[in-house]
Amino acid sequence: MMGLLREAWYIVLDFLEMLGACGFFLVKLLRLTPQALMRPRLIFQQVFSVGAMSLVLIMVSGLFIGMVLGLQGYNTLNKFAATSALGTLVVLSLLRELGPVVTAVLFAGRAGTALTSEIGLMRATEQIAGMEMMAVDPVRRVVVPRFLAGVISMPLLVAIFNAIGILGGYLVGVALMGVDIGAFWSQVHGTVDLYDDFLSGVLKSVVFGIAATLIAVFEGYYAQPTAEGVSRATTRTVVNSALAVLALDYLLTAFMF
Amino acid sequence: MKQTRTIEIVTGFFIILGFVALYIVATRATNIRAYGESSGYSVTASFANIGGLKVRAPVTMSGVTVGRVTEIRLDPQSFNAIVTLEINGTYRGIPDDTTASILTAGLLGEQYIGLSPGGSETFLKQGSRITYTQSALVLENLIGKFLSSGKGS
Repeated sequence: MMGLLREAWYIVLDFLEMLGACGFFLVKLLRLTPQALMRPRLIFQQVFSVGAMSLVLIMVSGLFIGMVLGLQGYNTLNKFAATSALGTLVVLSLLRELGPVVTAVLFAGRAGTALTSEIGLMRATEQIAGMEMMAVDPVRRVVVPRFLAGVISMPLLVAIFNAIGILGGYLVGVALMGVDIGAFWSQVHGTVDLYDDFLSGVLKSVVFGIAATLIAVFEGYYAQPTAEGVSRATTRTVVNSALAVLALDYLLTAFMF
Repeated sequence: MKQTRTIEIVTGFFIILGFVALYIVATRATNIRAYGESSGYSVTASFANIGGLKVRAPVTMSGVTVGRVTEIRLDPQSFNAIVTLEINGTYRGIPDDTTASILTAGLLGEQYIGLSPGGSETFLKQGSRITYTQSALVLENLIGKFLSSGKGS
């Protein structure tokens, strides 16, 4: 019994330690951000590999999620003869929840793992130690541009995901199922609020972008410099990012809506 | 050299696509138009009961949206609800004995304000007050009345 309690206590301590270390790392990244902004080229190179390379995945997932929403929403609303509310259903679920959350989880899987393994491998092959020898701060040169690229890319990816998802819902609802096009859009224009729904979704995407990218670069930077250590760090990135995003989503929803 | 150029083009394309998507979603899939109509004039109306009327509900005349509800508050003396309506600037010639009633779109829909024009020669202007108002129909009261009248007869 005592052993179990002690185990649980150690898990709590480990969690707190990781949270604290993440917080310190974030402060360090933010302090170095102004210097990194002086060299935007490094950031944009990373925007390519973090954001632009995720584009196809995000667009295809967004299209399918929008189409599924349209189909499921149509079938359910049809029971109450309320299919004209389909547009509101699709747009609200995408803007408020599905867009930011699904994009963040996909982003962690597509771009976060790449960041972790890249930085982890740099550590394992002693490139980071080499930079320190040359008096180049590896955090400033390697980590901060990647972090900023992730933070810039996430809201843009979410916006693209939302736009494509709405298009998918529209295609299924209006073109396939025959919901009236005017009812679809007029319901959307009447119900979806610019500040409450759209901007709070954008805010969510920014927060998730910070969280997912921070976890990815943190795990990479502090990975054990072995093959096994890098692979473990990559796994932890996906698991921790998904959990962090879902937990943050609950908190943000509770505050905002 | 060729390769970095391709990378730059794709990155630029990605960033532009992201902002275009933001813009399209914000303008096409939200009520952004309800925030744009500001060059009008506002009038007030007091109601004994506004039911479920909300800020930014439409104000209509013969079914055409002519404005929005911008503020709802309670008058501490009379305990009536004071509703401020922002009327679009293109509709200047609304008679000042117009009646404002709170109506419901459909049986369970959103509530909105319907204006039915009177015959006065003077028009509503900034700050004027609509005197003839009709409160919201509260379904529970209606049912209550119906039940009690049924018992009496």
